[in-house]
Formats: sequence, C-alpha cells, structure tokens
Amino acid sequence: MNPLDWIVLLLTMIGIAAYGAWHTRHTDHLDTYLKGSKTTRWGTIGISVMATQASAITFLSIPGQGFESGIGFVQNYFGLPLALIIVCAVFLPIYRQLGVYTAYEFLGQRFDAKTRLLGAGLFLLQRGLAAGVTIYAPAIILATVLGWRLELTIIATGVLVIIYTVTGGSEAVSLTQKWQMGIIFGGMVTAFFILLAHLPPGLGFAGAAHIAGAMGKLQAVDFSLNPDKRYTLWTGLFGGLFLSLSYFGTDQSQVQRYIGGAALREGRLGLVFNALLKIPMQFSILLLGALLFVFYQFQPAPVFYNRVEWRHNAMGTNAAVFQALDQRNAALHVEKQEKIRAWLEARNQRDPVAEPAARAAMLQAEVATEAVRNDARTALRAANPLAQTKDSDYVFIGFILDQLPHGVIGLLIAVMIAAALGSKAGELNALGTTTTIDLWRHFRPLAAHDEARNVRAAKWLTAMWGVIAIAFALFAGFSENLIEAINIIGSIFYGVVLGIFLVAFFLKSVGGTAVFWAAVAAQTMIFALFLLRHHFPVLDFSYLWYNLIGCAACVMFSLLLQAALGSNRRATLTANEI
Amino acid sequence: MKRPPPEPAPDDESPGVPGFRTWRGVYLFVFAFFILVVVLLALFSCQFA
Repeated sequence: MNPLDWIVLLLTMIGIAAYGAWHTRHTDHLDTYLKGSKTTRWGTIGISVMATQASAITFLSIPGQGFESGIGFVQNYFGLPLALIIVCAVFLPIYRQLGVYTAYEFLGQRFDAKTRLLGAGLFLLQRGLAAGVTIYAPAIILATVLGWRLELTIIATGVLVIIYTVTGGSEAVSLTQKWQMGIIFGGMVTAFFILLAHLPPGLGFAGAAHIAGAMGKLQAVDFSLNPDKRYTLWTGLFGGLFLSLSYFGTDQSQVQRYIGGAALREGRLGLVFNALLKIPMQFSILLLGALLFVFYQFQPAPVFYNRVEWRHNAMGTNAAVFQALDQRNAALHVEKQEKIRAWLEARNQRDPVAEPAARAAMLQAEVATEAVRNDARTALRAANPLAQTKDSDYVFIGFILDQLPHGVIGLLIAVMIAAALGSKAGELNALGTTTTIDLWRHFRPLAAHDEARNVRAAKWLTAMWGVIAIAFALFAGFSENLIEAINIIGSIFYGVVLGIFLVAFFLKSVGGTAVFWAAVAAQTMIFALFLLRHHFPVLDFSYLWYNLIGCAACVMFSLLLQAALGSNRRATLTANEI
Repeated sequence: MKRPPPEPAPDDESPGVPGFRTWRGVYLFVFAFFILVVVLLALFSCQFA
C-alpha cells in the first residue's frame, strides 16, 4: 500500500465512524438508542440488515470459496427469501405491536421469566462466542498480507467500532452501515470490472465462464439427494430456511435492525429488499471467485496463495522441498494453460471429436495441479504443524494487492474493514441491548423507570462487550478450524431458539414450563448429535440440518410435555392477548 | 395489572408500493422472484457446464 491507498483507507473509515458518532452524539432517549430513529426509512433498514449479515469474511472468503469449490455455496441462501417472508408476515408485526426492545422480551411476555432468560442466555452465549471472531478473522488475513501487526489491527478496528456504537447506539449503527455498504458495493463492482479487463484478450466474460463451467466451478444448483453433500438445493431450502428464520427472526443483532423505523411498512420493505437482493449479491461475489480462478489460469499462479505463510516456512532445511514444489507447480501450470487454449480452440471450431478429448486433457491437467497444491499443504504441515493450510481466503486479497491500481487498493481494503465494522457494530449493539433489557433491567426492576440511567447502562454494557470481543480476539489464539467451529456453533443453537419462538407464535396451548424444559432437552440432544458425529457415521451430516432438527425437537418436546403437564390456562390467555 | 387490549392486526396497512395493494401480493412477488432466480441459476449452470 502506498500513501494514496492509506489516504483513501483512513479517510473513508475514520470519516464514516466520525460522522456516525458526531451525528448521533445527542442520542439520550432509550427508544432511539436501542431501536434507532423513529424516522428511519426502509432503505436504511434494508441496508442495515444486509450490512449486519455481511461481515468482512463475506468479502474475503466467499470469492475464495468460488475460486476453490465453485458457486454452489449460493444454495446456502435459498431458504433466506422464504424465511424473510415469514418474518415480515408473523414475527415483525408482533414485535412492533408489543413494543419490545429485544426478541427475548417477547418470550417473557408470552411465557415466563425463565424462558426469556433462556432465550437471551443462548443468544449471549452464541453471539458472545462469535464476537471475537468477527474482529479476529479479517484482522489475521489483513495483518498477514499487509504486514500489519495483528494486535494493533484488532485493537484499532475494535476501538473504532466501540466509539461510534457506544456514542449513538442503534441509530449510529444504521447510519454508518449505510455509508459502509456504499463503499462495499462501489469497491466490489470496481474489482469485478477490473478483473474482467485483466482476462486474456478475446476471452471476455463468456469465454471465461465457459472455462470455469468446464472446470466444474459454475454448478449453482445441485439437485442431489446425497446427505453427505454440504450444499444442495435441499440443504439450502430446508436447512437454510430454518437457519435464516432463526437468524432474522430471533437473533437480536438482526431483530434490532428492523423493529425501529417510522412504521411497520418500513421494516417490512427493508426485509423484502434483502429477500430480493441477497441471492443475486452472493451469486455475484461467488462468480467473482470463479472468474478469479480463470484469471489465474492465464497468470503465474502460486502453489499456495498465502504467500507470506509459504515464504515463512520455505526457509532453512525445507528450502529444497518448497523450491521443488514451486518448480513442479510452474511447469504444470504452463502445461495446463496449453491444454485450456487447445480446448478453447476445439470448442470454437465445434469439433465433436477433438472437443471432448481436449476437455478431458484439460481436466486431467487441473487434477495434476491440485495434487501439487495438496503436496504443498502436506509440506507446510510437515514443516510447521501450526501452519495455516487453508489458502483460499488469500486469493482475492492477493489479486487486489497484485493487480489493482493504487487508490483502488486502498478502497478495497476499506471494503474489508467497512464490512468488519458494520457487522461488529450490529453485534455489539445487540449484545449491549440484550444485556441491558433482559438481564440488567430484569434484575434491577426499580431502575427501569430511570431513562437516563438505562441509556448509561446500555452504553457501558455495549462498551463492555466491545472490550470482551477485543480481548477474546487478542488472547484466544484462534486456529482456522476454530473459526469454522464458531460458524457451526450458530447452527447448534439457532434451531432450538427458533423452536421456542415458533411455539410462542403458533402453539397457543403450550406454556412456559413445557417450552423451557423442551428447549433444554432439544439443546442437549443437538449437543449429543454434534459430539457423537465422529463415532456414528450416520450422524455425520451437514451442520445445516441441526437447525431443522433442533427446531423440530423443541416443538415436539413442547407439545409432549404440555400434554403431560395438562392444559395451561395462563399460556392460552397470554397467547390470545398476543 | 390488566394488560391493555391488543392493537388491531396491522396487516390492513397498505404496502405503499406501486402495483401492490396488499402485503400478500408483495410476498407472492418475492416468492415468484425467488423461483425465477433459482431457475435462472439452474439455466446458467446448464449453459456453462
């Protein structure tokens, strides 16, 4: 990065944060602090919902996912539009009608205090665990590639987000997310067109897409019923539906984005905006990754894309092994380029005999290149058992630094940091709000009437979660597997929480005691399924299914327990009121 | 303390979107758009496979 990149980066990041903090510095009403301004329109809500979901990892890892495995990951989002329709039609009107600050407050009104505390507790546990990762995951990548100090990157981004989130609360979060998403869209579109311009002359988008398709990178929809496959139409539709329903309907970091606003209409249209745009947006990011794959077929491609890690381990006694791998990769890469050009020629000539043979040769060359990349990972592990061997996260950032002009590099780094700040802000805001409303106010009911004191408590608790997140990111010592584990943890908890809410909305005869113990039993069952998955092959299925199983178990156990406990008059009365 | 009676169902509120008179229409549009996107993605996969 040169001075121009630094100017672009610092101006955009600090400028947006300062604007958010300054503009909302007088936010001293609890309602505005926790729910945002009453004049917020659907566009701001929609962008805020999108920015909270899209973390920096979205823009670092998803192009890498497209590069490595193709665009099939888009199916993960197939349940999202359907889930958002349900949230618009059922969840949102009830939250607004009851005037709650948090989704768990609704559980207290519908059931009882212990169910509310259980819902809030599961959220704080799951989101609190993820809090450190949201800062750590992009920081480790940016620090590695740009040579920044990891701890300073974590502290700088963490402190920046704490300042404006604590100052202006929910209103500042929405305001800054709007500008951050502007930077993100601008940066990603710029990167997409520069990538197209860098493809070999005459290839164009269609030619690149044909190469990516022939190499198996463009299968967007997989109708397979094989349960071992992580992303298919069915896992996306059913697992994704439950995951999205739980995330958008019951996770406070999302609920808080849309329960404010001028009217119910604004929240609904904000969610509809996401229902329409999310799949096309994720498809575009994945397609960018697939096109990056094609780009690197015609450029010198490293054997391992985390070049810093590679160089770090390729010294001393291992130098000869790493050098040999580099040379083998370079030779195979040249060979593969020839095979790709031969296939393109056969395809253009519509030669029915030569084309399949050329395609088979091209795919064989790809298999050979992948084998060297696997050897490189094995060599890395042998040299350093703690080395990071997943390099797909480094593909896009490597392209940015090598191929983009100065100024645009700063803009794209700003994209990553803006995404990190946007999702972190939503998360801290929700953690602070839930702790204030569902714990602090619950245990200090006399303080509930003192609005100024409530705002002060919310500010302190938001700052506390920010500091915890920074400390967690600094000292937890994440490995790449732990980062994936945190994503899986979301699915472990989400299903059961969604089950509690579905019972609350649709099963009016079930009371608090039944749903509370049903949730405890369902959560225990999901933990058992997760822990036993390596001992029983039949349990080793995609983690997306935990959402469906957890939810179904919670609902069924609730019905059974309520039947065993007898009718619940209070539950019926309360549910009818709702 | 007795809870106040619940507010009337808010579904009567017009979406205020040109071409849509009810929220049901908006949801049907979102669903139809989703089906269209999935079909287009499947066609895209076939086109470049």
